[in-house]
Amino acid sequence: MNSKTVKDPRRERAQFARRAWIGLAVVMLGLGGLSARFFWLQVVKHQEYVTRSNQNSIHVRYLVPPRGMILDRHGVVLAENQPAFRLVVIPDRVPHMQAMLTRLKQVVPWSRDDLRRFKQGLKEHRPFQPVPLRMRLNQDEIARFAINRWRFPGVEVQPYLRRYYPYGALFAHVVGYVGRVNQREAARLRDTPYAELDQIGKTGIERYYEDRLRGQPGYELVEVDADGRPVHILQRIPPKPGQNLYLSLDVGLQQAAYTGLAGRDGAAVAIDPRNGQVLAMVSSPSFDPNLFVGGISEADYRSLLENPHWPLLDRALRGMYPPGSTIKPYLAVAGLELGVRTPQDTVLSTGEFYIPGHSRGYRDDVRGGFGRVDLVQAIEMSVNTYFYKLALDMGITRMDTFMAKFGFGRATGIDLQGEARGVLPSPAWKRARFGKPWYLGETVIAGIGQGYWVITPLQLTHALAILADRGVPHTPRLLLATQNGPGAPVRRVPTLPAGQPVIAKHQDWKVVVQGMEKVVYGKRGTARGLGDGFPFEIAGKTGTAERYSRTTRAWEGHLSTAELAKLHRALFEGFTPANDPQIAAVAILGSAAWGGQDAAPIVRKIFDAWAQQRGLPDHTLRGDYLTPAARPPQVRRAAESSAGGVP
Amino acid sequence: MKIQVQLRPLLKLQASTWLDPLLMIGLLLLAGAGLFILGSASNLNRHVVMAQASRFALGFALLWVVSHISPARLKLWTPWLYAASTMLVVLVLILGEGRGASRWLDLGIIRFQPSELLKLTTPMMLAWFLAARPLPPSWRDLGIAGVLIAVPAALIAKQPDLGTAVLVAVSGGFVIFLSGVSWKRIGLLLLILMVAAPVAWHSMHAYQRQRVQTMLNPESDPLGSGWHIMQSEIAVGSGGVLGKGFLKGTQSQLEFLPEHTTDFIFAVVGEEFGLLGVLILLTLYGFIIWRSLWIAVHGHDTYARLLGGALAMSFFIYVLVNGGMISGLLPVVGVPLPLVSYGGTSAVTLLIGFGILMSIHAHRKLMPS
Repeated sequence: MNSKTVKDPRRERAQFARRAWIGLAVVMLGLGGLSARFFWLQVVKHQEYVTRSNQNSIHVRYLVPPRGMILDRHGVVLAENQPAFRLVVIPDRVPHMQAMLTRLKQVVPWSRDDLRRFKQGLKEHRPFQPVPLRMRLNQDEIARFAINRWRFPGVEVQPYLRRYYPYGALFAHVVGYVGRVNQREAARLRDTPYAELDQIGKTGIERYYEDRLRGQPGYELVEVDADGRPVHILQRIPPKPGQNLYLSLDVGLQQAAYTGLAGRDGAAVAIDPRNGQVLAMVSSPSFDPNLFVGGISEADYRSLLENPHWPLLDRALRGMYPPGSTIKPYLAVAGLELGVRTPQDTVLSTGEFYIPGHSRGYRDDVRGGFGRVDLVQAIEMSVNTYFYKLALDMGITRMDTFMAKFGFGRATGIDLQGEARGVLPSPAWKRARFGKPWYLGETVIAGIGQGYWVITPLQLTHALAILADRGVPHTPRLLLATQNGPGAPVRRVPTLPAGQPVIAKHQDWKVVVQGMEKVVYGKRGTARGLGDGFPFEIAGKTGTAERYSRTTRAWEGHLSTAELAKLHRALFEGFTPANDPQIAAVAILGSAAWGGQDAAPIVRKIFDAWAQQRGLPDHTLRGDYLTPAARPPQVRRAAESSAGGVP
Repeated sequence: MKIQVQLRPLLKLQASTWLDPLLMIGLLLLAGAGLFILGSASNLNRHVVMAQASRFALGFALLWVVSHISPARLKLWTPWLYAASTMLVVLVLILGEGRGASRWLDLGIIRFQPSELLKLTTPMMLAWFLAARPLPPSWRDLGIAGVLIAVPAALIAKQPDLGTAVLVAVSGGFVIFLSGVSWKRIGLLLLILMVAAPVAWHSMHAYQRQRVQTMLNPESDPLGSGWHIMQSEIAVGSGGVLGKGFLKGTQSQLEFLPEHTTDFIFAVVGEEFGLLGVLILLTLYGFIIWRSLWIAVHGHDTYARLLGGALAMSFFIYVLVNGGMISGLLPVVGVPLPLVSYGGTSAVTLLIGFGILMSIHAHRKLMPS
């Protein structure tokens, strides 16, 4: 046997130890060599690399994608980008910041607000990143700075795209606005390609469709000289512009709703019941969204916040109102569908209604009552007693279940954020909310939309649209079509029914709509005269809800209209044409006298605008844009004169 | 004096936990430094740092588990583990997914690179094979060992992942070196490799050749791989002795530096913490390697010693290759800086490797040699 083929543990151990220590020597040599290399780079060649790092070499420049435009259904521009210039400061290159700012003020004046935002920007950016100091430079300022540029190292004029809303206050809530990226948003965008974004959708469509609107940023690698000026571009990945969004809104209808509201507290919404497309959506009073672009000044913001009419509140989406008598048509549908009533059943209205065995009375609007009325008459004259009894016979649970089908008590699912849900009263809701049992009297007043009921204007319009389309629900939609950049084909967003039809029998629908037509055309209709001179039949329902209890003052005949105006909320809901509904609209005023008298004319104005548009050929979505200037000028002026809202 | 007093309780810990306190301290310090550096490189991205921290947690847990598996049992499993990990790489080649190259295997809950496993199982296999043979190995045994290395390395190179393939081959090579092959034979083997190099060059992918060429002349391709090296050198060089400070590295924070949280994170260290930071980090690595070799030398049997030594030396190679890459000494190969670069599989695999070393330490024969 050869000695080499025999395992010898002790020898192997010694052999391994020798090799391991040789290995360690190699390790030390390697790490030493590495250290030497770092020493070479970081000590011997340090100055050279500092120069290369600071000055020339190559810079990465972020290219902001143009934000997508927002247009109405006919291609009228509601939000666009205007080229503008701003002054940016690269803090690292400024030797004495305070002295520079003082000197700069002589050349390009800046305000306290500019300084506040600049200081905020300094905190959020790294010292080698440009921070904007003054936005929207005019030609004079650009020229003056160009001459004095040598005095201000680290300060540059930079072109940018400024968001502009040509209609100002008209679309302030629904289209929304963009503003500067705040700290929370910056944290969310960090490490995404959007980290360098300086504006972001804050409210409305601008916020909801932020992802579609902002586009894809690009960048370029630029060789720059010692002063940081670009010498030539090495590589360029162009930004991809954001999607253009066509909304279902119509400037004409929006304008009609806006002038109808005339700056009073309230909201108006119009929906195409056939597909859920929102045609108009106005909250009043409004404000100028252009104030927010690039950061709002403190004074402007304070005046908006301190305005007692809360112009920033989107009443169409978040305004909470008692629906009052406007829920009666839905209750009538429920009564018929559930078999609680037939159209022929009558109820005697005496002016007071008592739950059998209870002593508390529930009143009608007219002393002495309306006499014996059937369902159609009950809707026409808004007879409370009929609906007190209907509610009582139906019971709160069945009522609650059926009303939920019309979307009450929950968000409609419109493409906007922050929608209020309202309240659909039910024993379960009351127990969860107040921990108290349900009383029968609460069923009675729920029958006329009082008590715990709360709706938003959008919600009521949604319910009305379901009713108008014979019970077929559609989720309200603002987005009509999208376009991937200028010149690209326009793609429609499909709309589909959102669920099962609510109304099973067509006859039930016809009877209720007959009652709603009587509201407008009947001798004792609560909105009689509203349809005069209108080419189509209107079906509607008024509502007048109490703001404060009027138990003691209801019969005081001497109250003037002005005093009544402080006591009520006025509502009107209506659709047209009555036999083939194509538009359903709701107007709500926060403080007015009567629904038929104050809110109904707003809906009529919207209908008038709709009837006018109807004759026009549908040149929607051809993919070309109509600038605001191409529209009749009075539209613009009216919008601007009431910008800021309240007189 | 003071230090000795503080060390005493730690030494007591040794008896109760199996783990070698010195190596453990080194690893924990390194992991901590790694998270700190990653925090800066990722611009304080909490998500990234937390993800890495949780991988460390998993890695250290596995380290503890593996340290309880005796080297004898590990030796028993070795051929199976080697075969299984090789099969996984084959599987990845057939149905794997990855960015441009197929390296990843998706198991639903976890995604990992099977090629990383071979960094452990290849040296295990060689140690298993050579430990059973008379040492130093004969030419025949060396030939078999060569095949055992070449099969997984070729498979990984085919993914294509040249960097990992080389590292796997080197880890196996260390076992051969440590087994006591005579210097004459080592010289001959190296000669064979040099002759084989042109063959390898021709079988390389275009991007791999490009990388080697770029290393030879970085300025030729300012926007390709040369751009990486140039920017990385500028970052390191401009850092100076003390560095620019935490989060203040213009090169890395301005994103001149590509992959600054993964393969190029060492450049962030150089830029923000300067030569001082680099030396501290290298010292820490040196300490960990020394301790690992020390544990290997005191291993119970030849298998444990060969495996431990190869793991320690492989760890050194990772540091050397990554450090050489970012300082422009070596070509750009996708080798992360151990326990500092962002990445899960690498960190977990490394810590499992240290688990094996801990096991060798725990199961050593407690008697003077």
